[in-house]
Amino acid sequence: MSITGPTEVLSAAPATHPTAGLLNRLRAAGRRLRDSPRMLTGVVIIAFFVLLAIFGPLLVHNPNSFVGPPLAGPSAKFWLGTTQSGQNVLDQLVVATRGTLEVGFAAAVIATLVALAIGIGGGFAGGVGDEALNLLTNVVLVIPVLPLVIIIAAYLKSGGLAPMIFVIAVTTWAGSARVLRGMTLSVRNRDYVLAARVSGERAWRIVIVEILPNLSAFIISGFIFTVIFAILTQAGLAFIGLESPDTLTWGNMLYFAQNDEALSSGAWWWFVPPGLCIALVGTGLSLINFGLDEILNPRLRMYKAPKSR
Amino acid sequence: MRTRYFARKLGFYLVALWGALTLNFFLPRLIPGNPVEALLARMSQTGNPPPGEYKALQALLGVGGSNIASQYVHYLGQLAQLNLGVSITDFPVPVTTIISTALPWTIVLVGTATVLAFIVGTALGALAGWRRNKWLDSVIPATTFLTAMPYFWLALLLLYLFAVLLRLLPLNGGYDPTLTIGWSGPFIASALEHSILPAVTIVLAQLGGWLLSMRNMTLTTLSEDYVVAAEAKGLSPRRVLIRYAARNAVLPSFTGFAISLGFVVSGSIIMEIVFSYPGIGYELLQAVQNSDYALMQGIFLVITIAVLAANFFVDMLYVFIDPRTRQQL
Repeated sequence: MSITGPTEVLSAAPATHPTAGLLNRLRAAGRRLRDSPRMLTGVVIIAFFVLLAIFGPLLVHNPNSFVGPPLAGPSAKFWLGTTQSGQNVLDQLVVATRGTLEVGFAAAVIATLVALAIGIGGGFAGGVGDEALNLLTNVVLVIPVLPLVIIIAAYLKSGGLAPMIFVIAVTTWAGSARVLRGMTLSVRNRDYVLAARVSGERAWRIVIVEILPNLSAFIISGFIFTVIFAILTQAGLAFIGLESPDTLTWGNMLYFAQNDEALSSGAWWWFVPPGLCIALVGTGLSLINFGLDEILNPRLRMYKAPKSR
Repeated sequence: MRTRYFARKLGFYLVALWGALTLNFFLPRLIPGNPVEALLARMSQTGNPPPGEYKALQALLGVGGSNIASQYVHYLGQLAQLNLGVSITDFPVPVTTIISTALPWTIVLVGTATVLAFIVGTALGALAGWRRNKWLDSVIPATTFLTAMPYFWLALLLLYLFAVLLRLLPLNGGYDPTLTIGWSGPFIASALEHSILPAVTIVLAQLGGWLLSMRNMTLTTLSEDYVVAAEAKGLSPRRVLIRYAARNAVLPSFTGFAISLGFVVSGSIIMEIVFSYPGIGYELLQAVQNSDYALMQGIFLVITIAVLAANFFVDMLYVFIDPRTRQQL
């Protein structure tokens, strides 16, 4: 580290070049990745699935066409076997990646925006408004989400992923909102925010320039948690048949497998892969969050003691 | 002092309960058009709605009245009399009867498994934090994997392994249907045998979360001055861990217990469906499949009340565990 010190100072010096600053940031991020094997593993897993979601559907055949014998086990032709009606499980798995991740990320984006507005807005404004928003957040937090989501989904029972995304988003923002409110309360009275106020900065500018950057790690970590939660919730809803069967997701694959008795006919190649993918995406996202945790809380960092031999 | 804390918490949970009740009232009104007509139309897709259902639904949803305010008052009045309407899945059994038969199964199973997971996970987490960089600490990524998988998929895997392949445990149900329900030896044995896989599912799925949060909190407390002081006094490591570090590290887990409970209940609902376990989650599925809205809303209410009550209980317990809450308020 001491050898790289001078070069860092040199490259940081021409601050007038915006690209230099960006490059340095990228380099710093790369170093962090190298130092945290957990985060690196997480990033690799998520990158793989995101690429699969983007390009995968272009590479496979129509996942709903009947291409082989029913319930055939894994073979050279069908790597993950076939379904009850002879569809290729691998093709379905690849195409389902896109729908699943779409729901997870879209719901998390909406939920995070709501959490930002309610958490930071309330925490920054204070007063009766904050009290009311905080009460709302805590109430939403203790009401069990899934039964509620099941009922709303049963009422809305219509095609497409949009209602699903909406339902998950409106029920999952509360956790992040609570964390963000707490952080905003602690940042709000720091000297640099007070200085900005005294110098007559507008409220929205203080929030965006002074407060948001200090909360960014918490926002990202909350976002990642919400993605995991959204993917799990969506899989659960699909599994009990509340998702339109026209869209292929991992949850829907499990629903079809369960309905066609894949379990008792021993067709493990049908129900193991979709769940495994859900678990892998969840693990990848959690590992990224661990990395963030280690950055936020130095006490958790692992120091590898040099071998004394 | 303590009464003020008690009153504040009680007030909060009453507000939460009122919020849930109100949500339950407005949900049917979110359907465009006449909710009664819409529900009847949907019911006739799955079977013939019983005679007089139009009036019954009107009364249940409270939409027959004049304005929305009087409908709302009527709705709360019906609830206060524990009148949740009649199920159309098992017409004409009252919703309250169905729920009270299913609820004990879920409460015993989910309750026991949750407490078990909490205790085991917290103990292992304290150990992992204490002996970090040892083998237990390197198991952490594996527990992450367990936490990230959907409950119902884990249930499917266990079922496939132990019921289909090894034929050690029963495939579904909560008891042997040839036995009569009661406090007889064979029935209890059969109920226990049927609850093994569901319980293992819940414990496995929850363990990782408790383990991780306890490990991290133990690491944080271990660098506190009072722990260093205790070590400097020459106390045995066991005593330092249990009496000094773990006691303080467990507090956030207790707070987290409240939030996770809703999550646990949600996970167990779908898991029950995999095992066809005769609890509340399985009834909810029946209700969804038969468009039985009265039963659905009744189940939502009961689950919400149960979760709120459990949260209130944990909050009260907290006063005894953490003396600071007694002094602050």
